[in-house]
Amino acid sequence: MSDLTKLTLADAVDGLKAKTFSSEELTQAFLGEIASANPTLNAYVEVTGEKALAQARASDAKLAKGEGGDLEGAPLGIKDLFCTEGVQTTAGSNMLRGFVPPYESTVTANLWRDGAVMLGKLNMDEFAMGSANETSAFGPVVNPWKAQGDDAQLTPGGSSGGSASAVAANLCLAATASDTGGSIRQPAAFTGTVGIKPTYGRASRFGMVAFASSLDQAGPITKTVKDSAILLKSMCSFDTKDSTSLDVPTPDWAASVGQSVKGLRIGVPAEYLIDGMPEEIKKLWEQGVEWLKAAGCEIVQISLPHTKYALPTYYIVAPAEASSNLARYDGMRFGHRAEEFTSLDDLYAASRAEGFGKEVQRRLTIGAYVLSAGFYDAYYVRALKVRRRIAEDFDNVWGKVDAILTPSTPSAAFKLGDKQIDPLTMYLNDVFTVTTNLAGLPGISVPAGLDSKGLPLGLQIIGKALDEDTVFKVAGAIEDAAGFVSKPAKWW
Amino acid sequence: MSANATILKGRTGDWEIVMGLEIHAQVASNSKLFSGAAVGFGAGPNEQVSLVDAGFPGMLPTLNRFCVEQAVKSGLGLRAQINLKSQFDRKNYFYPDLPTGYQISQLYHPIVGEGVVEVEAEDGTFFNVGIERLHLEQDAGKLIHDLSPTDSYVDLNRAGTALMEIVSRPHIRSPEQAVAYVKKIRTILMYLGTCDGDMEKGNLRADVNVSVCPVGNYDKFMETGDFGFLGTRCEIKNVNSFRFISQAINYEARRQIEIVEDGGKVDQETRLYDPTKGETRSMRSKEEAQDYRYFPDPDLLPLVLEQTWVDGLKASLPELPDDKRRRLMDQYGLSQYDAIVLISEQAKADYFEAAAKGRDAKLVSNWVTNEISARLAADNRDFSDNPLPAAHVAELVELIETGVISSKIAKEVFDYVWKGEGSPSEVVEKHGLKQVTDTGAIEKAVDDLIAANPDKAAAVAEKPQAIGWFVGQVMKATGGKANPAAVNHILKAKLGL
Repeated sequence: MSDLTKLTLADAVDGLKAKTFSSEELTQAFLGEIASANPTLNAYVEVTGEKALAQARASDAKLAKGEGGDLEGAPLGIKDLFCTEGVQTTAGSNMLRGFVPPYESTVTANLWRDGAVMLGKLNMDEFAMGSANETSAFGPVVNPWKAQGDDAQLTPGGSSGGSASAVAANLCLAATASDTGGSIRQPAAFTGTVGIKPTYGRASRFGMVAFASSLDQAGPITKTVKDSAILLKSMCSFDTKDSTSLDVPTPDWAASVGQSVKGLRIGVPAEYLIDGMPEEIKKLWEQGVEWLKAAGCEIVQISLPHTKYALPTYYIVAPAEASSNLARYDGMRFGHRAEEFTSLDDLYAASRAEGFGKEVQRRLTIGAYVLSAGFYDAYYVRALKVRRRIAEDFDNVWGKVDAILTPSTPSAAFKLGDKQIDPLTMYLNDVFTVTTNLAGLPGISVPAGLDSKGLPLGLQIIGKALDEDTVFKVAGAIEDAAGFVSKPAKWW
Repeated sequence: MSANATILKGRTGDWEIVMGLEIHAQVASNSKLFSGAAVGFGAGPNEQVSLVDAGFPGMLPTLNRFCVEQAVKSGLGLRAQINLKSQFDRKNYFYPDLPTGYQISQLYHPIVGEGVVEVEAEDGTFFNVGIERLHLEQDAGKLIHDLSPTDSYVDLNRAGTALMEIVSRPHIRSPEQAVAYVKKIRTILMYLGTCDGDMEKGNLRADVNVSVCPVGNYDKFMETGDFGFLGTRCEIKNVNSFRFISQAINYEARRQIEIVEDGGKVDQETRLYDPTKGETRSMRSKEEAQDYRYFPDPDLLPLVLEQTWVDGLKASLPELPDDKRRRLMDQYGLSQYDAIVLISEQAKADYFEAAAKGRDAKLVSNWVTNEISARLAADNRDFSDNPLPAAHVAELVELIETGVISSKIAKEVFDYVWKGEGSPSEVVEKHGLKQVTDTGAIEKAVDDLIAANPDKAAAVAEKPQAIGWFVGQVMKATGGKANPAAVNHILKAKLGL
């Protein structure tokens, strides 16, 4: 029954409703795949087989009575950033190894409300800080894709590397992920999957281990645009437990996917054509423009002049918030605590030095630095001003365009270990994605083609705040035109 | 107590003290500032802690609307600017009583801005203290070190409780002024119901910033706004009673003067007051001062208030102490002193007003501020917890006014009433304490007295002030119930004066 794992979320939900197969069968199929693949791909940090089967049986009982929610019986993977009641939640860190929250994140609670089944917790960069899934305390995740004629293992991207790899390798129907600077869209692009970061405030951050509060948003990684629309709808809700949650209705986005994009005005920002961009990425972008033109869109050349400041701004704002958000990991109430210490300060220092990996420590140090007396105005306050300008750049073009088309990443998936030595090169991965986090806008990555080595590449569609509807429409059009059906050849 | 600035004599000249106070007042609220956890005194350790308070991963703060309302009311009570847009900031530092590693406070954009508080000194004069700001912030938990020789324990019940920090301008010039200022703030907050003012439980506490400067420099500072005219300040923490405030300031000012006169420099630092030794000692120097890395809390949106909402709160405010003082003086013809004593406690003023209706207000005020206040104090109670109905006081004063009892007998009547023997009229009836105004009875007593003391009666003609002895004797003979005016009149007639 391993074919079941190749189903899209939409088809699986339909099949479950039609009782073509049971949730238990489907869940068993995924657990089987995970058992064989995970030792190689390392996508899951914990597989919750028994819980999954119990949920599956409960779903089958509901389905048998013709009941059940939008995701009834659908086995999903959950990024280990979402707190799951009674199930270890680590955020990919030794700091939280063994931490079992007595509470459920709002996003996952919404999924269980709609009948989803949890297969397990997905690997990720430590505290979502990374673009290659190499900072995880549980080791790197491996991309199921390989370059033609090269056996080297590639990164699935990060920080939601586990989510992307699991979806691409059919280790779940779809997965939750989170995106602070590109952590959904970059891994989606690297693995030939679809990933959307919704408008800031659509998905509740309650129970999501925080990285940078003003940038963090949950979203799905899925096999198709429609699947993303379905899963995102379940994930989003207004939540009084999150002060930044938006009190807006969650539309039925799946209905938009496949609708005509005729007459939509699509912006192409000059500033995203960066120096050193691989020709293949440029070509793919041009191809995307042609596809949309052919589908009846009007193409508008636009300028987002502050784009070049987005990456430095992001690498001030995000570490600053992180340096404060991660202060709670002090060895006092939960998480790792050093066994040997000489004083209170030493206990803090030792616990955090042992519990946090190098990249987390680097960012916390940067964050503490940019907030410190004498530097606060020069770095943090200035970054907030630039952030406002970046948001205004978008505001200024929305009168002229309905959505914006850009590449998702400046490259295809690279080799594991390739960029570890140089954090700055690693940070460049986020160059096309951080702008939407800074501006709070929705952005989706859709697989649009393969590069010359046979690796997937993605295109990004950015929309107005709360206009995921248009984003899904355009993404659907790209998906249709690209006809991207490639899957990684199974080698694991 | 006076409103005058203290001048301290040093070896090299005269010095004055300049002070600014930071008052931390716990918001009267049933739940915490950013979580639904209960607030209360006396719960077991860590029984009033939510996952938000304990800083668990993924937990987020949500602002308690009632605490905001309380802060705005307090700001209105301080006649201060209400900022329709304010923002919460994080103050970052590590300590085991601070679970998230940061305190949510309002550094950059407080909810309440500039205001002025008029403070009355006990000599009846007034002085103004500028308010720089009032902001909302979280309290921390509590460390307990004495349960074990090797371990420290953390109680997070208090963690996340809402505090209002009220920061004054450096307009306070003497220990007496400092005390009067804290009392005034406390009274205002208690009138508003925004803080219970319980200093013993630490629900209202003050940090005092003290500096000294040569006499004359303060005026120059006030003229120019140049802090260079003032000395280096030290922040004194842990001054949790009126007595300690005064003692700590005196000690600290003397310490600073000695340093400066010895040619030294006062270090800007935080000092802790030790009430058992009566001295302040260094907690941390400026160099050791932490860099709190304040920045706007990204988990919380800016707090935006509607002017109409603020106006609604303003309209619902109770009468404030200053207004009450003026009204009591106008309406009841009370002296400023009496009015100030009455308004010091809202329940006391209310009690007075309840008893004073249609009665001699001055007389009622005397009873309330003297006898009843003293009895309550002796029983360790206050007016909110007063067992004596105001109607009894009104009745007692009525009995005096109508001449049914004398002021002297009234004290006796009050004793019985306080003991719970009934209303003043019942007590007068029961113990036969009615004043004798029947001239026949008084005349008989006078006649008997003169007959029994012919020599004394004769002497009165020579020495009229000796009539006092006769008055005393008649009062004694009538059990104190005779109307003193009638006794005087009859005595004078019978003794031929």
